[in-house]
Amino acid sequence: MARITRRRLLGVIGGAAVLAASPAWVRSGVLPIKRSSASEGDEAGGETTAQWGMIIDLRKCDGCESYTPGEAQCTTACQREHMLNEDQTWIRVFEMEEPGGGTYFMPRPCFQCENAPCLNVCPVGATFRNKEGVILVDQDRCIGCRFCMAACPYGARYFNWDEPPEAAQKLLSRPTPEYPVPQRKGTVGKCEACIHDLRYGKLPACSQGCPMNAIYSWDMAKDLATNGIEIVKASEFIDEGHGYRFKEELGTRPRVVYIPGHGEEFGRKAES
Amino acid sequence: MTTAPSARLREDTMRPLMQTGRLYYAFVGFLLIVIAWGMFAYTRQLSDGLAVTGMRDKVSWGLYITNFVFFIGISHAGTLISAILRLTHAEWRRPITRMAEVITVVALMTGALFPIFDLGRPDRIPNLIEHGRLSSPIIWDFISISTYLTGSIIYLYLPMIPDLAMCRDRFRGSAHRFRATLYRILAIGWKNTAEQRRRLDIALAVMMILIIPIAISVHTVVSWIFAMTMRSGWNSTIFGPYFVVGAIFSGVAAIITVMWIFRKAFHLEEYITAIHFRYLGFLLLALDLIYAYFTLAEYLTTGYKLEGGDKALLEELMTGRYASFFWAFVVGGMVIPALLIAFPKTRTPNWIFFASVLVNIGMWLKRFVIVVPSMALPLLPYEWGTYWPTWVEISISVAALAWFALIFTLFAKFFPIISVWEVEEALEPAAEGVPVASGGPSLGPRPLPAMEPGGQDEPR
Repeated sequence: MARITRRRLLGVIGGAAVLAASPAWVRSGVLPIKRSSASEGDEAGGETTAQWGMIIDLRKCDGCESYTPGEAQCTTACQREHMLNEDQTWIRVFEMEEPGGGTYFMPRPCFQCENAPCLNVCPVGATFRNKEGVILVDQDRCIGCRFCMAACPYGARYFNWDEPPEAAQKLLSRPTPEYPVPQRKGTVGKCEACIHDLRYGKLPACSQGCPMNAIYSWDMAKDLATNGIEIVKASEFIDEGHGYRFKEELGTRPRVVYIPGHGEEFGRKAES
Repeated sequence: MTTAPSARLREDTMRPLMQTGRLYYAFVGFLLIVIAWGMFAYTRQLSDGLAVTGMRDKVSWGLYITNFVFFIGISHAGTLISAILRLTHAEWRRPITRMAEVITVVALMTGALFPIFDLGRPDRIPNLIEHGRLSSPIIWDFISISTYLTGSIIYLYLPMIPDLAMCRDRFRGSAHRFRATLYRILAIGWKNTAEQRRRLDIALAVMMILIIPIAISVHTVVSWIFAMTMRSGWNSTIFGPYFVVGAIFSGVAAIITVMWIFRKAFHLEEYITAIHFRYLGFLLLALDLIYAYFTLAEYLTTGYKLEGGDKALLEELMTGRYASFFWAFVVGGMVIPALLIAFPKTRTPNWIFFASVLVNIGMWLKRFVIVVPSMALPLLPYEWGTYWPTWVEISISVAALAWFALIFTLFAKFFPIISVWEVEEALEPAAEGVPVASGGPSLGPRPLPAMEPGGQDEPR
């Protein structure tokens, strides 16, 4: 019988284990990695990288009650832009209760959290933050475990249980994390802040779709925000409007700030 | 060397390996049909996507994750109990360690399938290795469970070597060529020499100590998949120990269940006695009480404060749509089993078996009410998520249960389900001139070298 010593056997097993595990350790690193093949080299020439967030002025939002009751235009525009199934509401308007019994409307896109729970739990690094601070999903890598959906405290992530609508499937474009159209079955999708448009000076679909111009895209690096009608100095605009972040106490540091209101700029009463 | 009881022991444990009845084939055939049906259901899921399940964006984890937690839970029984009983030289463990160890391996082989069933893109599993990120609890699970599976296979195999040698000797030159070869290879030249026994003892001692922290890590990181999120019901600091206790609790129940079935099926009443049921019953009762304590700690500390999400969740659990599940778990899974074991009148193998089945069902329900309601709970003012499994999910789950039974059934057909040499060791403490522990009881365990420094290595 060949002499297989314990030492040798353990050595072989150990060596095999190290070999098998090495790609994971070498490539990943422990901390959230900066890995964004699509955004590299895409930076606007010479300027500082924009840092995108959103300011949503709830004084202007009446949930489209006066315009198309029951249908929020931001949601519709987003779904059209990304060719989504109807149950995927990457931006969705919620009717929130006021303490006095009235209500206000709150559109909820992805908050692009700076301490993003979804990003931390992704086992394969399919969710990542790009240079402009937008949380994106690489649908070529996502394994569909849906841990990010369990981790997101805002329910802002959606799974493609099914194929996207037929029109989207017929698109010849190859989806990228920054323009994930068409969506891919078996993977997770979410609001991408329309980074594919923002970078070229176009407003996100929801912002363009909003008839009240309540959604401002906010470049935090420049401290400027615009809804397509006006450009405001973001810090002043937020402070003077007493801006707040939703569920701030969770510590996720959302990049979306709300200016409180109930659609009063269009004559809506809170107790309506 | 063999005296009458040990000869009978060998006969009784080898009989299932030598003779196979019709009923056995019928049972295996039945299991195969169930598994085939489950595989068909899985092909539907693969081609049509997870849309064929009852899961949707609000409740995005359901039956599969529940089953995952459940099976990983019962995998704790085995190895942990066997290791602890071996370490503490509990003599009565001898006839049941093998079964316990098999439960671990089989439950892991079943439980580890469920996350795969749950994946939207199972074809991308290699991404876990190629792109794995250590910051994700799923990677912790992946590492921990694969370590545990490897460790428990080794821990199952090591104490099987002397028995495999016994099988090898029995099948040498027999018409069963496949079996003869199988046992010859697996017995790796075991001749029961003093040196071989010394090495086996050391290897076993190392493994039984190593396996305990590994086992605990497994259910801890399983719970952390939930506890690392901010959802009400999951956002808990005690989830690690809570899950570990729950795992051992349901694991002991699984041992009792399996033990009762094999005792009946293989007529092992002589070896698996009322004592085993009673002792494991006491263990089950103790774990029942510890689990009840953790349950109280978990729900009282959130229920006292009634933070918004917790309040809504607790209302649904205690009086709402999940109340039947929750109270079935409390009453059927904790109170009734505890009473059955506490009263001497019902402390019989059959009643304890019944209690263990109740615990298993109750703990499954408990896992369900951990996974689903926390996901159904609205994060924003929208209606509660709804979830009910579809035929695909149920078929796959039942098929996995059949798979669990199938591996067990096949194992019992190829290998002795009782650790023959360990039981023999208790029958004949002085066999082969191996020194008995001085001052030990006459049926006492042979001290392990690793446990007693200067024991066997030194010349006497």
